[in-house]
Amino acid sequence: MDSIILQILNGLDKGSAYALIALGLTLIFGTLGVVNFAHGALFMIGAFCAVTLQRILNFSYETIDETKKDFLGNPLKVETPYVESWFGPEMGAGIIEWSVPLAILFCIPVMIAVGFAMERGLIKFFYKRTHADQILVTFGLAIVLQEIIKFYYGANPIPTPAPDALDGVINMGAIIGMDITYPIWRVVYFCFAAVIILGIFAFLQFTTFGMVVRAGMADRETVGILGINIDRRFTIMFGIAAAVAGLAGVMYTPINPPNYHMGMDFLVLSFVVVVVGGMGSLPGAVLAGFILGILESFASTAWATSLLPGINQVIIYLVAIIILLTRPRGLMGRKGVMEE
Amino acid sequence: MGILEVKNVNKRFGGLQALGDVNLSVNERTVHAIIGPNGAGKSTLLNCLIGKLIPDTGSVMFDGQLVLGLKPYEINQMGISRVFQTPEIFGDLTVLENMMIPIFAKRDGSFRLHAFESTLNEGEIIDQAMVLLESLGMADKRTMQSASLSRGDKRRLEIGMCLAQEPRLLLLDEPTAGMARADTNNTIDLLKQIKDERDITITIIEHDMHVVFSLAERITVLAQGSPLVEDTPDNIKGHPKVREAYLGESA
Amino acid sequence: MLGLNKQDTSLFLIVVAMTVLAPFFLNPFPSESSLALFNAGYPDLMQRFVIFGIFAIGFNILFGLTGYLSFGHAAFLGVGSYAAVWIFKLFTYNVIPAIVFSVIVAGAFALFIGYISLRRSGIYFSILTLAFAQMSFALAYSVLSNPNFNLTNGETGLQVYGDDLQIFHRENLPDFPHLFGLSMRANYELEIGSWLFNFSAGYYICAIIMIAAFYLAVRIFRSPFGTMLRAVKSNQTRMYYTGLNARPYTLAAFVVSGMYAGLAGGLMAAVDPLAGAERMQWTASGEVVLMTILGGTGTLIGPILGAGFIKYFENIFSKINDTILHGWFAFLPEGLENLMVAIVHPFIGKGWHLTLGILFMLVIIFLPGGLVEGGQRILNLLRRRNGQKSDADKSAQSTPAE
Repeated sequence: MDSIILQILNGLDKGSAYALIALGLTLIFGTLGVVNFAHGALFMIGAFCAVTLQRILNFSYETIDETKKDFLGNPLKVETPYVESWFGPEMGAGIIEWSVPLAILFCIPVMIAVGFAMERGLIKFFYKRTHADQILVTFGLAIVLQEIIKFYYGANPIPTPAPDALDGVINMGAIIGMDITYPIWRVVYFCFAAVIILGIFAFLQFTTFGMVVRAGMADRETVGILGINIDRRFTIMFGIAAAVAGLAGVMYTPINPPNYHMGMDFLVLSFVVVVVGGMGSLPGAVLAGFILGILESFASTAWATSLLPGINQVIIYLVAIIILLTRPRGLMGRKGVMEE
Repeated sequence: MGILEVKNVNKRFGGLQALGDVNLSVNERTVHAIIGPNGAGKSTLLNCLIGKLIPDTGSVMFDGQLVLGLKPYEINQMGISRVFQTPEIFGDLTVLENMMIPIFAKRDGSFRLHAFESTLNEGEIIDQAMVLLESLGMADKRTMQSASLSRGDKRRLEIGMCLAQEPRLLLLDEPTAGMARADTNNTIDLLKQIKDERDITITIIEHDMHVVFSLAERITVLAQGSPLVEDTPDNIKGHPKVREAYLGESA
Repeated sequence: MLGLNKQDTSLFLIVVAMTVLAPFFLNPFPSESSLALFNAGYPDLMQRFVIFGIFAIGFNILFGLTGYLSFGHAAFLGVGSYAAVWIFKLFTYNVIPAIVFSVIVAGAFALFIGYISLRRSGIYFSILTLAFAQMSFALAYSVLSNPNFNLTNGETGLQVYGDDLQIFHRENLPDFPHLFGLSMRANYELEIGSWLFNFSAGYYICAIIMIAAFYLAVRIFRSPFGTMLRAVKSNQTRMYYTGLNARPYTLAAFVVSGMYAGLAGGLMAAVDPLAGAERMQWTASGEVVLMTILGGTGTLIGPILGAGFIKYFENIFSKINDTILHGWFAFLPEGLENLMVAIVHPFIGKGWHLTLGILFMLVIIFLPGGLVEGGQRILNLLRRRNGQKSDADKSAQSTPAE
């Protein structure tokens, strides 16, 4: 029992990441009708927002501390980050330590700007082109983005730790009298993802803006005829989708140190998630994200791998293939989406 | 016993009864028109005939064989060809290639791996295609990409492609929809010529009464998913029920 | 000639001439000159040209004719390589059985994947093939490489060891893949003045196979079957209502193109008897898509051009470094020189993928027909400038040439 709950918990954080990326993919596909292969790159850029902020906060100036010597006997050079001199040593160190959560604030404007630039600068020229062309041009863009990141940040993963206070493990089972220790940050990640997902749904459900977008997803032409400027709203949705992917990336950095190809790794799986959930269905994307995350976690247990070696590596693809063949529209797909 | 026998066909979409107990018999070598106001179920009926939709109940027989449940290409191979409301042609291919494909389909069936023969050596097929193109007056356009044809020419080409298969039943779905008057008249002339020259049955769904009364020998009026009357054009013209169906709609 | 029309025959002869004379015209610069950097006439690179040419020709049969975009073709390439290395390990270093076996295995694998994937079309098809390829990669990388059942040798890659069975191996045969005793590595160097030309057995064997593969592709393009495949791309509805079943046609195209990929994989193992899982990764599938589109989708010569173009510049770009750049920009004042080097720097060396990505986007945006379309546009422009109006009219009327 304990181990089952633990596996479910283990699946939640990866599932959250899948769900967030898949949600963004679905928003873009549903609103703009564009298949965005560069969405994984947005996730990666988000992660590198955290890295960048960490570096910015660590900008330092050098002073010479006459009282200490290094091992050669020269006066010791001490690097002091600017934030520490501005806010005092303790406050400064605290800010640096909390760089990942702070990066959320940094990431939102950056990602929205990136999203707008992408939509206005490239994607909008591809609304009328074939899906194959959309896939190909965004695939090219994804390569370009990841190569740029690689150029500036190198090829190696960059550790970006969570704040100490959130870095340990907690015993999740204590409340129900079981022994389940679990890293705190993963709990944070799941809660964060849940808040964002609920936020998006609430936004679409309860605001006028969201209502128009939902109407546009269902029937773009009619909404256009009503004289509503649907394109501008869709551009904004693209920015939001980019920000969601970015946030998912920022918060994922303590779980997995970011590298330049993490976007591609997650993209393939996220597409599988979207397809399993049902192309164009937002709840489907979220549901499939969590289901596949949890399934993957169960497949990684020693019991499963001893039964079927390597099942953890292929489970998601296997499930996707079975679902696509038995339920061609995915778990919650609507009729008429992407069926030619 | 007609060549096409539709018996008790029902089709529901959710709460909407699209077709209710449709019975229809089309006699061989006649032109049979199905008319009716918008939403009467004409297109649904047509889609049930060619395998695009499967009726909830009832049966569709073609020449004594059950058509229901067969794939569209199987139904086509039995001898039913369909002309669409918006011309469906192979836009990327040349006019001549468009015309050759149905002749291949007639000769080789639904699939043949003829990957190592050269199309250029298929003299017989090219000749047949050219004869047809000439009869359509399109021989000089044979090297054009068919997507660049005019709307009227696309329609001619599509009808020609259907004829190339020498079908026994030709189904036409509003063949003159959205056409200019001249193109419409050309299409009527073409269909008359087909009717006179070929051993063929034609079933036509049409909105344009001018087209219907120039061509049809029998007319079925469909209203709210069920056949209202079936009769000759002269009798249909003054029929009170038909007026009611149409006027009721426009009022 | 050979059952081709005049235009195709001349195209075919051009390809034959290009591949046969490649050792000469790929080495236009004397081997000691500073421009020798741009030479490409050494066996390893030339082999890559033709092998990836085969891969792209095959991919084009599927994507170019039917429009089905597979994102998992590298799986067939990898399977082909593994199959060939297993023949080397168990039976003989002779390349013929190895290549035949890799084509058969890849074909069977493509039949299986294609049968399932082709039940869906459009983007679903792309994602299904992608999922299959990633699954194959995961299988090859770890699952099929455990002590009980080691089919792929995992991370290390499958290779031939001294204690392998090699039933038909004889003492007098080379200890390397060979064609009836002629080692794939055999190389004849011809020195003319300060030029050095390489004639490698491996290259010519691959080249002959590519020529055959190209010829086959031309035949398929010009056959009724090819017309049917283009009809699938153009309008599936009309296809079905013309009594034709599109699925076996696409499946046949899928299997044929999978076999081409397997052939390319087998040849890769033949010139270097090693098979690794990374060959199956989806970035590798992406590469063949890039080659085909860069060259010109749906044209005959396009995939070969695209493969050659990408492999050539990959090689050149990775060789250029800052020192060479400084040499090129030396004529500029120093500040400007450094600036130019700094601007170009991200695109060279390891930055080749960045260049490729940008190039690819530009092609998709501005030149969807690839290099072939680019060439045609330039030709038309030149003709118009010459004022030969009749010629321009003719070219506008004829169907796009290859």
